[in-house]
Amino acid sequence: MIVFLIKRLANAALVMLAVALMAFLIFRFVGDPVQLMVNEQTTQAEKDALRENLGLNDPVAVQFLRFVGDAVQGDFGVSYRNQQEVMSLIAERFPATIELVLLATIISLVVGVPLGVYTAIHRGSWVSEGLQFLSIIGVSLPSFVIGILLILVFSVMLNIAPAFGRGDVVSLGWWTTGLLTPSGRAALILPSVALSLYQITLVMRLVRAEMMEVLRSDFIKFARARGVPRWRIHYVHALRNCLMPVVTMTAMNIGSLIAFALITETVFQWPGMGMLFIQAVTFVDIPVMAAYLCIVSFIFVALNTLVDITYALIDPRLRMARG
Amino acid sequence: MTALPRPLSRLARLRQSDLWWSFTHNRGAMAAAGLLLVLILSAFTAPLYVPQNPFDPAQLDLLNAEYPPIWAEGGQWPYILGTDTQGRDILSAILYGSRISILIGLASVVLALVVGIGTGLVAGYYGGLIENLLMRFGDILLSIPTILIAILVSAIVRELLPPALREVGAGGVLVLAIVLSGWVQYARTVRAQTAVERGKEYVQAAQLLKVPARRIMFRHILPNTLTPILVAATLNFGMAILTEATLSFLGIGMPASQPSLGTLIRLGNQFLFSGMWWITVFPVLQLCLLVVAVNILGDWLRDALNPKLR
Repeated sequence: MIVFLIKRLANAALVMLAVALMAFLIFRFVGDPVQLMVNEQTTQAEKDALRENLGLNDPVAVQFLRFVGDAVQGDFGVSYRNQQEVMSLIAERFPATIELVLLATIISLVVGVPLGVYTAIHRGSWVSEGLQFLSIIGVSLPSFVIGILLILVFSVMLNIAPAFGRGDVVSLGWWTTGLLTPSGRAALILPSVALSLYQITLVMRLVRAEMMEVLRSDFIKFARARGVPRWRIHYVHALRNCLMPVVTMTAMNIGSLIAFALITETVFQWPGMGMLFIQAVTFVDIPVMAAYLCIVSFIFVALNTLVDITYALIDPRLRMARG
Repeated sequence: MTALPRPLSRLARLRQSDLWWSFTHNRGAMAAAGLLLVLILSAFTAPLYVPQNPFDPAQLDLLNAEYPPIWAEGGQWPYILGTDTQGRDILSAILYGSRISILIGLASVVLALVVGIGTGLVAGYYGGLIENLLMRFGDILLSIPTILIAILVSAIVRELLPPALREVGAGGVLVLAIVLSGWVQYARTVRAQTAVERGKEYVQAAQLLKVPARRIMFRHILPNTLTPILVAATLNFGMAILTEATLSFLGIGMPASQPSLGTLIRLGNQFLFSGMWWITVFPVLQLCLLVVAVNILGDWLRDALNPKLR
């Protein structure tokens, strides 16, 4: 087990190092940092001094190590665009994204699991065939299209939910939340629904497939023979045995949801990390781009590693297969 | 001597295949294929009959701006789906935009296939260090969300291009971004299958006959790995169109001078609140039809080629 743990962690560290290398290469070689920081009156001597000061004359390997060292301590430098610390910019936007992603995850489970169970039990019925077809459409609709359609229907035509911004927020220490004010809660509705739709279809399809498998097993037949009520068989006995993969997929997908949130955030003008990143991309604000890449990848890799280790704890066979 | 039966022509062989039978007995798949055919044909024949070339500023007239669709009050012939704020005919813009979306989707899938199959074959056939290096590189790419890779690549490559080339090269940059974020999937599938096939007798026989490695890989092994690749490529064609649309929607894809469907949606999105819904809704509809048709076909293909479901 310890060997497996070490191997898995080393693997994660290697991936993060590769991501950091990518971020560093972008940071160092796309555009000249000195050119982006000076104005026209700066003399050549001043530029050279700045170059020396930033350590740009050191060997590339040394620069990379310094970049990694700083990054581990949360120092990603200063934004080219508004001269603020990149880390404080991101920390400011972090709660907005996390709130959105967590709410979308909850919605996808609350809606997706019952739908999956229903379509598995009533296979071939008119309603579940319809739901299956809707799930293909759900997978085919890009998330920005879902956002636009939601805005068109609920904000422009019906005027019952706000289409952009985060509403009023309350600060709890460094964390800000919109959950405690009416306008904050109203502003959350459309973006989180838009972000969750794709997840709902994934959860639904997964639960359906798992349920169909479990319903064939002997202990379900035994429960039926014993005369256990149908709803109890389906929602307690069978469902409990399908939940493990659902939990895994949900945990792993939180990372990609954070990345995908950048589209939803752009559509709804949601002040999260994703919108910060898209603005950075349009202004070629490299430090912000590099930092966002590192942070999102870190969350992604950390979640995957955590899920793998938890799995190995539960199921010893996996330690051999992967180790 | 008994005469060998004459080999069937390709067309006849296709019509006797299981795949063709499954296709002609699946209404959803036939409807999707028909829809896709109509969408593709209409996109590529559009210059023959639409009222204007929406990419040519000389053909736009501000006097024709902001017409609603023809069935709404104030609609004007020949602007069936209305016009935008610059007098651009929405139907023409959608058909020309679909052409760009389809071409970029197709080019990126084909290129990702070439890169992915090549890498997978080499890694699976030779194994060892090459395999480790190539697949580790793929693992690292897979550990970053694909949309992030696509955005970063397109942003960075565009920045590295000289400004004069940025508008012209926008399509190429998008293809590159989608290929880089998509080839790993093919490489993994082909590698796994190649590693299995490599140990089989027909490959050993070919090796003993001193058939060159390249020929063994492409002529002997590749055909045996193609089935799962075909399914993935179909579904990825839909994904590629979506990724292109998303990047263009975010403003880092096709420029407004040669708009794809995503660009049209981005431009129209600004007018959603002023009541001109048609500028956004029709490109959205076209994009959805296109991707839904591709995905239904892909779903059918996956089931039809899956031996477990026969």
